[in-house]
Amino acid sequence: MDKQITAYTYIGEGKVVVNKRLIFYQEKITTFAEFIKSLYKQEQLAYPKFYKMDSLSKLGFISAELLLRNENPGRFKPGSLAVVLANSSSSLDTDLAHQESIRNRSAYFPSPSVFVYTLANIVIGEICIRHGIKGENAFLVSEKFNPGQLQEYVSDLLDNNQAEACICGWVEILGSNFKAVAALVEKDGSLASLKTEYNPLPFTEAALNELMKVN
Amino acid sequence: MKPTYVISENIVSSLGFTAAENTDGLIKGATGIRIHHETTLYPNPVALSLIDTHHLDQRFEVILNKFKKEHRAGSYTRLEKMLILSISDALQGIPVRVDDSKLILMLSTTKGNIDLLEDRYTAKFDHKRVYLWALAAVIREFFGLANTPYIISNACISGVMALIKASRLLRSAKYDYAIIAGGDIASEFVISGFQSFQALSSEPCKPFDLNRKGLSLGEGCGTIVLSVNPPDVSSCSILVAGGSVSNDANHISGPSRTGEELSMAIDTAIRESGIVNNDIDYISAHGTATPFNDEMEAKAISLSGMNEVPVNSFKGYWGHTLGASGIMESAALIGSMKMNCLFRSAGFETPGVIEPINVIKETIYKPVSTCLKTASGFGGCNAALVFQKI
Repeated sequence: MDKQITAYTYIGEGKVVVNKRLIFYQEKITTFAEFIKSLYKQEQLAYPKFYKMDSLSKLGFISAELLLRNENPGRFKPGSLAVVLANSSSSLDTDLAHQESIRNRSAYFPSPSVFVYTLANIVIGEICIRHGIKGENAFLVSEKFNPGQLQEYVSDLLDNNQAEACICGWVEILGSNFKAVAALVEKDGSLASLKTEYNPLPFTEAALNELMKVN
Repeated sequence: MKPTYVISENIVSSLGFTAAENTDGLIKGATGIRIHHETTLYPNPVALSLIDTHHLDQRFEVILNKFKKEHRAGSYTRLEKMLILSISDALQGIPVRVDDSKLILMLSTTKGNIDLLEDRYTAKFDHKRVYLWALAAVIREFFGLANTPYIISNACISGVMALIKASRLLRSAKYDYAIIAGGDIASEFVISGFQSFQALSSEPCKPFDLNRKGLSLGEGCGTIVLSVNPPDVSSCSILVAGGSVSNDANHISGPSRTGEELSMAIDTAIRESGIVNNDIDYISAHGTATPFNDEMEAKAISLSGMNEVPVNSFKGYWGHTLGASGIMESAALIGSMKMNCLFRSAGFETPGVIEPINVIKETIYKPVSTCLKTASGFGGCNAALVFQKI
């Protein structure tokens, strides 16, 4: 059986789509913080650590939350699920906040709770903690969304038995510009398709590209 | 699957600008970590491993002339100079054409040109240069590489991960050559951050020692060139045999309490290499010298049944160089394999971890043929990589 995308999420342009279904829409977005908080509340997520996260982690965390919400928690063994994410600006959104805190020697207040988020892969760490994921995790950076790179990385993991399934996607935020697309890719998606309304897609570069265009 | 051979390596650190200069420093056993009072880096004195700026600029001028570049040295950032020096040294004397379409540059860095966020640089460089892909584009342009560089930014395992991914790309015949380069600078950004964590030692760091008081930051670059073809002239061939990555799923800034997940990556990397844990005759550990990291690593080594295997950390020589560390330390490990020499773990005097492990106290010459490199980082990530001499 070929590798399949068995679930996906899209967050962008005020819309949140999960498996083809629009679940949230905000026509006028004031700030990312407001947008993500409204989404968190509507979806009745209860994870107090969410409020401590930086924007990149919030965006990735909610994507994974929506992606895995109907999953039987025991379906994946901890070491068999991988996470591969990518973006363009790494952790720059939070880097700027940390830099601001050390800009003036007269008001020098670097904070560990900000600094810890100045690494792009912390979002993966947050997702792994929440879902008990212990498989391979990688954060890649490219100027623009690079579906070929993601597809190759994840296919290689699944083909060589480094993982049974993988959460992969693009999680980008800088200021008020944000977009996140996440897909659950499985070696054999035939079981997953039995329990959802969503028809799995073949896991190809073209399919990933399509997910970025959801509107 | 094709085997992947190490065909050259470079280290740029406070100890020197080539792999040989660095291994000379390791043999002498001297540390490059000093107490620096550089107010552009931190308001107070701090123990750091820094590359001498004057020396760096001198070496860079030579490279600029060699490559007949019209650009002036001033149009390159500190990290770009370090990376270009490291890569150009690694490319010397090997049969690799940089414009080969079957060659990929893997770039490993945690913070890239992060110093460009400082006010003193904002007028000098385009603000875009702080993006990791813009840094990669400068390196690509300098050497005239055919392909867009592959960028990995996964905290302190970035370097080991870049080596693992490069070997997979070569094994699956997507490329014939990979230049794996990693670099990070000592910046006010990073120093102030680690200080706010109270993670920095006031003296040169002491990995695995009873009196370790935290890490020492360093700056540096490392480059390793891998090929699907064995090296032309060499007394031995070194292969990248297998690698694995795992996550603790425990804490974003603290390591696993059990070391199970690093041990899982170690065991998987060894299994993938077609060997058994008993075959490993040397481990280059991450060894940051923070109380929890070293304890976790000792537990993982013990869980993998390797308490007797000689272990060292290179952090006592050139500090923690973040995204560069995995590549610099792998290059030093390759030096150990070539010279059949195990370097003492600088800063280690009295055993200071609960699980007994065999930390190298004195540099010794002995056959070294199958080695393990490990790394762990923020975000709960772990990586393990096996090198084999044939």
